[in-house]
Amino acid sequence: MDLAAAKMIGAGIATLALAGVGIGLGNIFGSFLGAALRNPTAAPKLFGNLLLGFALTEAVALFALVIAFLILFT
Amino acid sequence: MAAESHSPLEQFTIKRHFHLDMGSVDASFTNSSVSMVIVVILISALMIWGMSRRALVPGRLQSTAELAYEFIAGMVQENIGAKGKKYFPFIFSLFMFILFSNMLGMVPYQFTATSHIIVTFAMALFVFVGVTLIGLARHGLHFFSYFLPPGVPMWLAPLIVPIEVLSYLSRPISLSLRLFANMLAGHTMMKVFAGFVVALGFVAGWAPLLFVVALTGLEILIAFLQAYVFTILTCLYLSDAIHLEH
Repeated sequence: MDLAAAKMIGAGIATLALAGVGIGLGNIFGSFLGAALRNPTAAPKLFGNLLLGFALTEAVALFALVIAFLILFT
Repeated sequence: MAAESHSPLEQFTIKRHFHLDMGSVDASFTNSSVSMVIVVILISALMIWGMSRRALVPGRLQSTAELAYEFIAGMVQENIGAKGKKYFPFIFSLFMFILFSNMLGMVPYQFTATSHIIVTFAMALFVFVGVTLIGLARHGLHFFSYFLPPGVPMWLAPLIVPIEVLSYLSRPISLSLRLFANMLAGHTMMKVFAGFVVALGFVAGWAPLLFVVALTGLEILIAFLQAYVFTILTCLYLSDAIHLEH
């Protein structure tokens, strides 16, 4: 197989990691919404943890992106 | 249409403005250095000028400086406690530098210093080595008990300890890679969609243009969020090293 073609396929497969990240992000925000609806006064205090959880999960998506770039461009 | 196709990754190239070779080390003054100098000047101007009047009822600039101070002071107090007070200047400088570097990249034609892995890795390595040294200095060899969480049965220890050590060693990598990849991906996406705007011209160019506007808003949010996440993770790692609790 052509090296360039193999690189494209590899980069495409690397984006499959985003499925897990999508589930994770939906989970985090869903639990936050559920908890905030049950206890609205405690919600602002929890918001910082929400942003932290979001950024940590998003980081995994970006690790996959970096791998895809490494495969594609080196 | 343009004859040469510009890659969206071209914005990250380093241009040397002022060559300076110190033996085998290339210490040229680059566009990245210019960006960092501007960041330092802006932060100093905000804090020094903002607090110069010292009014009891703050004006706008003083309010902004006080807001930044109290945000970080609250974060340090909440996550590390009273023992963290002496590390507050470091955490504050870290947060302001990353925040202003990220934000400066949103200005057109400006260079984002944090979009290079070496810059973010330098900061993350500094944090990692610093936190480990602080833990070792405070607790001596007892620091290594961090890698065996309490309540773990002894026969499980040979499995748990290498996993804990590995996850501890992956901290600088994840810390630096998170910031770097966010900046890289955000700016690359903006350039790609901006290319679409030019390619589609007057007729249909407004659709990607609206998306670029929304994306710019998202990028400003991400700039702030990534600075916040880097800083709060530093606070958590520091609190782990100082208090030695999971």
